[in-house]
Amino acid sequence: MSDKRADSVAFVRETFLAEQPAPASATGVVKWLQDNLFPTWGNGLLTIVSLYVIYALVTSTAPWMFNGIWNTESLSECREILDGASAACFSVLTERWNQLLFGFKYPPSEYWRPTVAFVLMFAALAPVLFFDLPRKLLIITALFPFTAYWLIWGGTIFTPLVALLGVFAGYLVYARFVKGSFAMGFFGGVAAAFAVWIVGGMMIPEGANDAALLEAVPSRDLGGFMLNMMLGLTCVSLSVPIGIALALGRQSSLPLIKVICVVFIEFIRGVPLITLLFVANVMLAYFFPPGSGVDLFLRVVIMITMFSAAYIAEVIRGGLAALPKGQYEAADSLGLDYPQAMRLIILPQALKISIPGIVNVAVGLFKDTTLVSVISMFDLVGMIRGPILASTEWNGIYWELFMFASVLFFIVCYGISQYSQWLERRLATDHR
Amino acid sequence: MKKTVFLGALTVAGLAAGVAAAGTLDDVKARGKLNCGVTTGLVGFAAPDANGEWKGFDVAVCRAVAAATLGDPAAVEFVPTTGKTRFTALASGEIDMLARNTTWTFSRDVDLKFTFTGVNYYDGQGFMAPKALGVSSAKELDGATVCIQTGTTTELNLADFFRANNISYQPVPIETNAEAQQQYLAGACDVFTTDASGLAATRATFEAPGDHILLPEIVSKEPLGPLVRHGDDEWADVVRWTLNALITAEELGVTSANIGEMSAAAGGNPEINRLLGTEGNLGEMLGLSADWATKAIMASGNYGEVFEQNIGESTPIGLSRGLNAQWTNGGLLYSPPFR
Repeated sequence: MSDKRADSVAFVRETFLAEQPAPASATGVVKWLQDNLFPTWGNGLLTIVSLYVIYALVTSTAPWMFNGIWNTESLSECREILDGASAACFSVLTERWNQLLFGFKYPPSEYWRPTVAFVLMFAALAPVLFFDLPRKLLIITALFPFTAYWLIWGGTIFTPLVALLGVFAGYLVYARFVKGSFAMGFFGGVAAAFAVWIVGGMMIPEGANDAALLEAVPSRDLGGFMLNMMLGLTCVSLSVPIGIALALGRQSSLPLIKVICVVFIEFIRGVPLITLLFVANVMLAYFFPPGSGVDLFLRVVIMITMFSAAYIAEVIRGGLAALPKGQYEAADSLGLDYPQAMRLIILPQALKISIPGIVNVAVGLFKDTTLVSVISMFDLVGMIRGPILASTEWNGIYWELFMFASVLFFIVCYGISQYSQWLERRLATDHR
Repeated sequence: MKKTVFLGALTVAGLAAGVAAAGTLDDVKARGKLNCGVTTGLVGFAAPDANGEWKGFDVAVCRAVAAATLGDPAAVEFVPTTGKTRFTALASGEIDMLARNTTWTFSRDVDLKFTFTGVNYYDGQGFMAPKALGVSSAKELDGATVCIQTGTTTELNLADFFRANNISYQPVPIETNAEAQQQYLAGACDVFTTDASGLAATRATFEAPGDHILLPEIVSKEPLGPLVRHGDDEWADVVRWTLNALITAEELGVTSANIGEMSAAAGGNPEINRLLGTEGNLGEMLGLSADWATKAIMASGNYGEVFEQNIGESTPIGLSRGLNAQWTNGGLLYSPPFR
């Protein structure tokens, strides 16, 4: 047998061929181009058309962008410098920068306050968003609303302190009674908080605002992108818990609670947000006596929160409905009562399913905050459409301003969407 | 504190809403600030500048009233309102007066229960069209698309004009003046219509103003003036006579330059003396100090000065006095006598 190979086969290669480089058509740039850009005639044609469109867009906008003027005092000065050439007049952004960010009435010497609040916001959001961080950091989050309120509105420090005390008292009562019954703990906590607020509110001396460390800034003076951020953050963070409560209420077996929740959700979802804002601005002014002090910001926050809570409730209801019935039964068979079952078994799963939907509502809501410009609040868009475009210097400038607004909104919305994708990957426990 | 106010507010809301309307002058004095409704921004008439300071023709009326009632032209809280929110803001008591280029019409005066306290600008609705469109009269606009601000009298006037001339048009409804300019320049509509003052101001900001013409037709009367709620005649008198004081001051030659001298002591002209409070007790009749009109005029000058500073021929808006000249110069400004 040993000679069989040599005799029976004419030729046997006994060494490997030296490695050859792949042919030019199957490697490197050429192959990549062929696979990705020109795999077929049709796709090749589309590639060429797309390239042409991109080229046309870039060549028409790039000079406009890069020749932009940044340091004039008015639009007519820009036009003088340009002398008929077409280029952007970004000076409006530099000249009105503070107004775009803070509104036109926030005292310039106090700009550091919202800026500090903005930085603190990240510290406060981090432990909520990234749950790998130590849980103790949540204390910062709990203190943030009061700190931010004090920083942005200023005035006497007693107002946020009393508010904080009320919440603290409510929590203590809740922790004391919740072991007996959830409802007792909850309502006891709410009652305790209100008691502290009312008693504490009476104890704040009249005129405390005048002697305060930070100058008081009325809500009417807030504006610019700051207002969008404040409305967006407040309303999203308030509407998620309310939305959860509404979603659970809608599934409740108690007919009264169920009817209230269904009517609320369906009514709010059936009404456009702009209508609710008009109600907040116009109708509520009739219900309260003039000068009663329920200020426009609070009214708008209530309306937007109600609106987004109804949407989030429906998103979460979707998550609840997607859970197999076995999960509910498993919770029951373990002997958990309703709050425990919800807190430990149902909601963690339902909320995970609902993340994309909640984020969708949050992004939409954040952009919807620009609607307040129609009820004469000066958010970013309101500032642009009102004071800036109505000034003699900048009347007639549009692209630069609205581009700036879209860039700001894009940054925030893209950030939210990236976070939600990270969260989904992080929470993925199923087998795919 | 806020909370108690809120709860208290809830309980008395129904009662108080009706009662609170009385005694606006006392409210303003007690508050130390005048709440004055203005536009969210209209070139020359009201807009905050880079420092957040409100400037403009309507703003000057607010400042004059604040100076007359409180002695301080800066004691004004400007409440920006849109075309849709202005009347409810006034009716609900959120603002004490509205100076927001608002046309005085029968139904607003009678049906909406407001009192117009005079006219600070006589305007009329006109049309602006690109020269390239080749029209020379609004009557040639059959079938044109027209940019128009909603919720204003312009909308109604436009319909009346086209119906009366038996021609048709396509409205392009628009929320703000700034938006209208952009739509018009982008070619979304053939014609832009609004008050002639607004058209002139708008055209002045265009890159090539010469490419657009204002059509000769003025299709409406638009007397613009400040207004207050019905039923508080004392307050209406204050606003009315403050405006009249500005107009009379121009007629009598009282300017911000010579008013210090004129108001120091009674001079030779008895009407000037009565106006400036060096003689008689007109201020007392209004429930104000004797030098109320002096302060009002000092706030930003007499009517003519206010006009020149904000919308006159030396400004980019470049409006001529036209109908808004004194009656002695062939205009319509005619203040009743201070006597």
